[in-house]
Amino acid sequence: MINKSLKQLGAMLQGKEISSVELTQEFLKRIDRLNPEINAFITLDKDKTLAQAKHADSLLAAGKGTALTGLPIGQKDIFVAKGWRTTCGSKMLETFIGPYDADIIERFDGVGAVNLGKTNMDEFAMGSSNETSYFGKVQNPWDRSRVPGGSSGGSAAAVAARLCAAATGTDTGGSIRQPASLCGLSGLKPTYGLASRFGMIAFASSLDQSGPMAKSCEDMALMMNVLTGFDKRDSTSLNREKEDYTRDLSKPLAGLKVGLPKEYFAEGLGADVAKVVHEAIAEYKKLGAEMVDISLPNTQLSIPVYYVLAPAEASSNLSRFDGVRYGHRAKEYGDLMDMYCKSRAEGFGAEVKRRILIGTYVLSAGYYDAYYLKAQQIRRLIAQDFENAFKQCDIIMGPTAPSTAFKAGEKADDPVAMYLQDIYTIAVNLAGLPGMSIPAGFAPSEDGKRLPVGLQIIGNYFDEARMLNAGHAYQQVTDWHTQMPEGIE
Amino acid sequence: MSLNSADIKRIAHLARIEVSDTEAEATLTKLTGILGLIEQMQAVDTKGIIPMSHSQDVTQRLREDVVTETNQRELFQSIAPAVEGGLYLVPKVIE
Repeated sequence: MINKSLKQLGAMLQGKEISSVELTQEFLKRIDRLNPEINAFITLDKDKTLAQAKHADSLLAAGKGTALTGLPIGQKDIFVAKGWRTTCGSKMLETFIGPYDADIIERFDGVGAVNLGKTNMDEFAMGSSNETSYFGKVQNPWDRSRVPGGSSGGSAAAVAARLCAAATGTDTGGSIRQPASLCGLSGLKPTYGLASRFGMIAFASSLDQSGPMAKSCEDMALMMNVLTGFDKRDSTSLNREKEDYTRDLSKPLAGLKVGLPKEYFAEGLGADVAKVVHEAIAEYKKLGAEMVDISLPNTQLSIPVYYVLAPAEASSNLSRFDGVRYGHRAKEYGDLMDMYCKSRAEGFGAEVKRRILIGTYVLSAGYYDAYYLKAQQIRRLIAQDFENAFKQCDIIMGPTAPSTAFKAGEKADDPVAMYLQDIYTIAVNLAGLPGMSIPAGFAPSEDGKRLPVGLQIIGNYFDEARMLNAGHAYQQVTDWHTQMPEGIE
Repeated sequence: MSLNSADIKRIAHLARIEVSDTEAEATLTKLTGILGLIEQMQAVDTKGIIPMSHSQDVTQRLREDVVTETNQRELFQSIAPAVEGGLYLVPKVIE
């Protein structure tokens, strides 16, 4: 049962083969057994979770159930949830109890989904390995000595270890797609503005976007139907008509033009990853897709641009943590200035401080034009690369990450090496486009473990239904997405 | 541009983060690496390119100037580090 999709579990609930309380207890038992090692969840609240499951059962009994009613979902601990401890992976918020619900939480609650717990993450979503979490690193279920990716590493490990049926994530520079790739699941970052940022603790507001992490594209389509939609409380939320993301799942792929950017297959891509991605592309050809060679010439610049814009926005967003209204306050301090400086020095971890300092520096007097303005100009060049590419193709394919999961500690002391993990994902955030990662196979590690490899699919603005169609078609002829790691039975 | 550890302490002060001399030294090495990465931008000719602040061409929405939020002071102050009589407590700032 643990390997069943949201779709299948939903059918079992509707058919009264199992109750939401029974299903939820099954996953809670698995969490009790496996989470002490994997550390995918930071906070559990079984009373709240089971109360939601009971409520879902009453909805189902009254015939008011919809696709996700009664299904246990892991919520990334970046979403504020009323009455739930919400830490964002930081000591700064170690005791913070959410006073209201994020829009995403409201939407899942609104359809009777069950919040199974808050998943681990890199501190304030800043990281690509989940090693910056104040609440400890997360193990990759495929090889416990390796990282799950980040920043949504807890959500990815939870789905991979079948501790939940699906989870939410957020993606500022690859934080849904890279962990999905490293843990062998499907993850989608929607077009910027489709999902509300209200109650999602801000990192870089012009890039942050939440999305689904699940076992299949069909499940992600069901979640997209719930988590997208206009929200007047988010000033960048887009007011568009609701879409049914399942509508095109079964369309044939014949004639689909797939762009392959030469920069995504150049130096820096691991040979083992390249091999798997090429095999996936061959499978797409069999499904009738046509491959087109394209170029995204400014790809290399996306990392420098991101490491100006994201820290700049973060330094501004994280100025709210002042030790006055909420969050950590130092025990001992002198005057007000000393209280701010000590509270923030104690509350933030090393990577978060580094990014705040970079952001403060690039925004400081005399440097704005050389850094921030320049980065925003190059951001337009990067977006134009995609605009030109989409004149030649319908969707773009390539690797999600340059390597498979790396060993814990391997890159922890080298921020620049860590940042290069996101070379294929960051440009998508800068352009505001939708991107997703789906399992495409495995590469063997030097010690003989099977490590998942993700295929990235990038779409034009608002083209998520077509991307999900492409992913679903592939998942009908392959079984990578249904394979489970060993030792989680 | 190259930074020294005095610069780090100045930037950290602007960011309201206390750093010790030892931390400033360690941070300097890491920040220098990151700024080296960022320097790649300077080789690009961006003359005449309009900066992109947002991926979609949208304008800020306006709404009626009416009260939309109710007072939830007690709820919000229940998670504050130090409050008294409905006020947030901070060290004395006016003599």
